[in-house]
Amino acid sequence: MKVWHFSEVAYHPAWEELGPSLRNVVPSRVMDPKLAADLYHRYLDEWALCDELGLNIMMNEHHTTATCINSTISLPMAIMARETKKARLLALGMPLANRQDAVRMAEEYSMIDVISRGRLEMGFVKGAPFEVYPANSNPADLMDRFWEAHDLIIKAMTTHDGPFNFEGKYYQYRQVNVWPRPYQDPHPPVWITVSSPESCATVAEKGYVVATLNTGFTRTRGLYDAYRNRAAALGREAPNDRFAYLALIGVGDTKEEGYRRAHQIGDYSRTTPRTARQFWNPPGYNPLAVAAQGVKAGPNASLGSIFTILGRNGRRIDAMTATVDDFIDAGLMFAGTPDMVFDQIKDFYDTVGGFGHLLMMGQGGHISHEDTVANLKLFSKEVLPRVAELA
Amino acid sequence: MEFVDINGRQVEIHIAGNGPPLVFLHGEDFFAQNAPFLDLLAKSFRIYAPRHPGFGQTPLPDGFRTVSDLGYHTLDLLERLDLSGVTLLGSAMGGWIALDLCAKSSQRVSRLALLGSCGVKFGGREDRDFADIWALPVQEVLSRTFFNPDKALPDYTALTDEQALEIARDRQSAGLFLWKPYMHDPALRKWLARIRIPSLVLWGENDGIATPDYARNLAAALPDATLRLLPNAGHYPQIEQPGMAADAITQFARA
Repeated sequence: MKVWHFSEVAYHPAWEELGPSLRNVVPSRVMDPKLAADLYHRYLDEWALCDELGLNIMMNEHHTTATCINSTISLPMAIMARETKKARLLALGMPLANRQDAVRMAEEYSMIDVISRGRLEMGFVKGAPFEVYPANSNPADLMDRFWEAHDLIIKAMTTHDGPFNFEGKYYQYRQVNVWPRPYQDPHPPVWITVSSPESCATVAEKGYVVATLNTGFTRTRGLYDAYRNRAAALGREAPNDRFAYLALIGVGDTKEEGYRRAHQIGDYSRTTPRTARQFWNPPGYNPLAVAAQGVKAGPNASLGSIFTILGRNGRRIDAMTATVDDFIDAGLMFAGTPDMVFDQIKDFYDTVGGFGHLLMMGQGGHISHEDTVANLKLFSKEVLPRVAELA
Repeated sequence: MEFVDINGRQVEIHIAGNGPPLVFLHGEDFFAQNAPFLDLLAKSFRIYAPRHPGFGQTPLPDGFRTVSDLGYHTLDLLERLDLSGVTLLGSAMGGWIALDLCAKSSQRVSRLALLGSCGVKFGGREDRDFADIWALPVQEVLSRTFFNPDKALPDYTALTDEQALEIARDRQSAGLFLWKPYMHDPALRKWLARIRIPSLVLWGENDGIATPDYARNLAAALPDATLRLLPNAGHYPQIEQPGMAADAITQFARA
């Protein structure tokens, strides 16, 4: 199993001031560039440690929000491509349908792959519903646009005999000829994040890595099995290295220390409700049946279900007041001493039928730099060797 | 509601009443709430109220992507039903379709009425001609849309699953056609000069989505338009003041 350290690169100094709304409409005057500079360098320092700790690096991208100031994934990825030598670099991911220029995405991914000498794993993501606003990306035909961008990027990265034409529904180019060509052959491995069995099946058809984020005990098995079933139907293998799972992880010398770190990282989960209601359901983003439920609930309905987590046996827990034990019960956190954390990971691994990539949110919210470094070092020293042996 | 075949495309349509032909092009939401207004008009007109491709039970054919497609499609509909001398009404997004259609050809249309319509932008690049209905808080959108939202809105919790699904589909299709450029076609403004038929710009005084100032700009931009404001009415004046709106239309059609 490979482990990947992830941070959302939050600008948490503004969280208290911003109250119930952390995204889209938040004015940038609440962001102090000097503090932000310190934070960027801190998070990059933490990622740079991964090389010596046997960990890999995962990043993501969000826009117009105090929860994540990685507003373009390519830049910190490029920095790490230069600063690290061993860690693989997972960009999870570029929101394909939210960009105007698909060829540019192929160019950026290719450059990162070459500069890192073939360590890039490229993620193609749909993006959260609130992300269509900063991009002004039409949510009603988002997935149609996503797949056309996907096709163009893959073709651009794998065509080496000169320009080709591509006049699609959404992207029109007459001389696609991406330089540099990628380092990895035929192209860096592709990862796609999913939240439905249907999308899992689609990812299985492509043979890509499927990543689920915080889907817990109650949903992950169903998602992974949808992938496995589709692969089997196509006569293909679905080895563990096709499956990735993200959880928040806090390790400590004592249970209390591990729990404290995990609780602080959990600030990230508690920011979820702090997005204004209208940004959760842009037209056409959600399946029709889901949108219809929203219609019936009426304009005064709360979004409560988004902010509950499900315990292992289906127990509904309010995410805002959930304890670390609740999050562990849900399969969203692994926390405590190294032994405890390993046991929890193994338990989850066995429950979901195995997985090959552990996406470890090792930094989040108000956890300090010192605690983050200690978290990563302790995980690397005491948990990673055992986890690495899980097939 | 019945179905009519328009060049191989099935179109759901409500047809009622007796009199000269009136075609009502509905807006992006609240279709069912137009019923009292349409019932009043059916006393003086034979009314045709089609559901646009992507709305109601009308399928969205492959390749239908812009309001210009809907303009051509609705021209097809007028031809297929062999309507002429039509009084054409467009509400909100339906008004954009009506403007597009008339700019292409007003041969079958004798009069045009625009109710809270969109489709043309008059402001500069940093101005919002239309409030962003998908980015504003839900309650603010409702109070900009209706003078009295509590009265105008249906009881959503009492809807059947089918009704809720239909509304969800309407909203999804609205997004498809209205998202970008937002609620307008940059090319259309210069072609308003082609709409030489008598036009009525009928607006709610309390329209907070496209204000009465917008309505004044629109009336000034059309070759032969008059402006009427209805009090105690928002973006869908015919929903909140069906009697006044129906009277205004009937007077306009007879003038």
